[in-house]
Amino acid sequence: MKSWLWLVPVLPLAGALANGVLLRDRLGKKAVAVLACGLVGLACLLSFAAIGSYLASPEYAAREPYEQVLYDWIPAGLLGIEGGVFRDFTVEMGFQLDPLSAVMLFVVTFVGFWIHVYSVGYMDHEPGFQRYFAYLNLFMGAMLLLVLGNNYLVMFVGWEGVGLCSYLLIGFYYDQEFPPYAGRKAFITNRVGDFGFVIGLFALVAHFGTLDYSEIVRAIEANPALVQAPYLLGLSVAGFIGLALFIGATGKSAQIPLHVWLPDAMAGPTPVSALIHAATMVTAGVYMVARSNAIYQLTSVSELVALVGAITAIFAATIAIAQDDIKKVLAYSTVSQLGYMFLAAGVGAYGVAVFHLMTHAFFKALLFLGSGSVIHAMGGEQDMRKMGGLKEHLPWTYRTFLIGTVAIAGIPPLAGFFSKDGILAAAFVDHKTLWAIGLVTAGLTACYMFRLLYMTFHGEFRGSSEQQHHLHESPAVMTVPLVVLAVGAVTSGWVGLPPLGEVDLHWLNHFLSPVIAQVGEHGEHHASVALELALMAISVLVAVAGILAARALWGKDRGLTAEDALAARFVGLRRLLANKYWVDELYDATVIRGTWASARGLFAFDSRFIDGVLVNGSRHLTVALSLLSGFFDKYFVDGLVNLTGLTMRLGSRSFRSLQTGAVSQYALVMALGVVILLGFYVAMRLGGWGL
Amino acid sequence: MPEVTTTHYLVLSALLFTIGVAGIVTRRNMITVLMSIELVLNSVNLNFIAFSYQLSDLGGQIFAIFTIAVAAGEAAVGLGILVAMFRLHESVELDRATELSG
Repeated sequence: MKSWLWLVPVLPLAGALANGVLLRDRLGKKAVAVLACGLVGLACLLSFAAIGSYLASPEYAAREPYEQVLYDWIPAGLLGIEGGVFRDFTVEMGFQLDPLSAVMLFVVTFVGFWIHVYSVGYMDHEPGFQRYFAYLNLFMGAMLLLVLGNNYLVMFVGWEGVGLCSYLLIGFYYDQEFPPYAGRKAFITNRVGDFGFVIGLFALVAHFGTLDYSEIVRAIEANPALVQAPYLLGLSVAGFIGLALFIGATGKSAQIPLHVWLPDAMAGPTPVSALIHAATMVTAGVYMVARSNAIYQLTSVSELVALVGAITAIFAATIAIAQDDIKKVLAYSTVSQLGYMFLAAGVGAYGVAVFHLMTHAFFKALLFLGSGSVIHAMGGEQDMRKMGGLKEHLPWTYRTFLIGTVAIAGIPPLAGFFSKDGILAAAFVDHKTLWAIGLVTAGLTACYMFRLLYMTFHGEFRGSSEQQHHLHESPAVMTVPLVVLAVGAVTSGWVGLPPLGEVDLHWLNHFLSPVIAQVGEHGEHHASVALELALMAISVLVAVAGILAARALWGKDRGLTAEDALAARFVGLRRLLANKYWVDELYDATVIRGTWASARGLFAFDSRFIDGVLVNGSRHLTVALSLLSGFFDKYFVDGLVNLTGLTMRLGSRSFRSLQTGAVSQYALVMALGVVILLGFYVAMRLGGWGL
Repeated sequence: MPEVTTTHYLVLSALLFTIGVAGIVTRRNMITVLMSIELVLNSVNLNFIAFSYQLSDLGGQIFAIFTIAVAAGEAAVGLGILVAMFRLHESVELDRATELSG
């Protein structure tokens, strides 16, 4: 079955082609839904089969990836001569199945399929139903290209593809004012990161002469010292490439300083936020860093990755606690959790980073879909201040949402606990400060998530009576995906139980180990069992403390009284957090206004100097010069010519009368001439002058 | 009956020549001009014959026959020009043919 791997990305792309182009406006809603969900479901089953057959294959036993090369995509020809041998640079269109892409494949297709199903219910009343599913399928195809590619360029195609779909889907409600703006913001912010990514790719080609994952890893494993040689900007080769790629990752995965687009991306439909801006696309950066672990293991740039991740985690968590928009809270929560993943990747725990990626995909998709169900019931209302007491009206949504909240808060035995604990334990080994930041973030996470839960589902209903009248549980097509994802949010953590002493229960780490390159020092120094247990206890205690704080402030039917009292007491802090540290305003004042100002300056330079002085000036100069040379031509050169002609005319006037053309006149002249000559002769003779 | 001497021939020849030249210069009809040219040539022939007879040298007579042959060619060419000119101008008046004027 694994030879059918290529079909996995192709099926959703075919769906996008059918719904977006070929059968546009020709299908009913039901047919659109069946086509879109069916193809993604088929891709999902196919990918499970492919993973299954890979696990049973000799390649897996030999810790090798299964590669499927479709064709030579870019045969660019000669790259250079190395050791007397000509080296060609060729990029293949190829797919690769190894433990890392298998995990990603599983998450993307499984979560993606259930979000497709959920969308059928959520988008039922919306215009643009078919357009929505065309975009969503296109996204799935691009995301699968991203995770399945066997080289960086195929990944880059997927990377850009998901960026495009993200832009299209954020701006889905294009007739409103804000969504298109948010889409542009996301696209342009991502472009900044992509610039770094492309530089990284250039450096990879320049240094390794290939973009193929396996070849790069082989080259690094063969000679790790080579990539630690000094390169550019005072960095080593690995450092430069790592930094450039990480800039790409900060864009795609919304890390400081390029995190600003993700909260605004919530302008898109909620299932999109769940699929693209929580579960899959935004984790592409983490996937890419994990994929490039051979490079990051050999450079201190990974410290920067960890630091950025930790700071983003706590920064976004503090913002999340002061947001009133339900999706904004979840968006900042996503930014924060992505920070966790980068923290893990930065401290070298790539397996744990991917583990958190997976568990997060389940519970964050669940939370977003739950919030979508709430918004659906509230008739589009997203402000939590107008919600409250929804648990009676939305029992299934409440139950699943509660599971998701507990999972993200880090309470055992739900998924979030294991992955978050893994990250904190990995950070604790060498980075005590980052561990402390992560721990505080864990407490904040529990606190803001339970604040969300209390404000939304508990207490009195605070919306209008019309909204209250309209409250209803979502249809089964929406609640079933919630239940499925809730099961995932409970169980997905069990593949990565903490390693207690000698007994390695972390199946996922073990599974992913072939992907982690064997370079540099490799001390998997485990903490002792006692320390391990102590760390777990501390993180659980912090999470419980966060939950209790939330319960004290927002629980017990308190409504908003405690929050308002708190906000009144710390006006400055509240404003700081509610306004997201004014980062948007800062960027607006510096980058955006700076760009505008420089654009205006350049425009003025263009219109005044280039157009005014250079272009128009040279025009005036040319006109003046040509007038001058015109005068010279007309009066001097032409004058000379006319003078010649005049001289000739005057000179020849006297000869004209000689040639009349009348033959008889010529004959007369001739005869006269003869007579004269004859006369002269005769006279000479008669005069005695000889002759 | 006075003897006809060479001088008589020469006088006749001079008369013929003068008449011919006068015809060439004064007449406007091209046919008349050609006939006048014929007169001039024949006056020359008369001279050749006269001197040939006087000097008992046949060269003069041979020359005269040459002249008659050349005159025939000349007449042919002249009449050809005449025909062409008539086609062009619908007339054979010489003073109409002034294309060569400067």
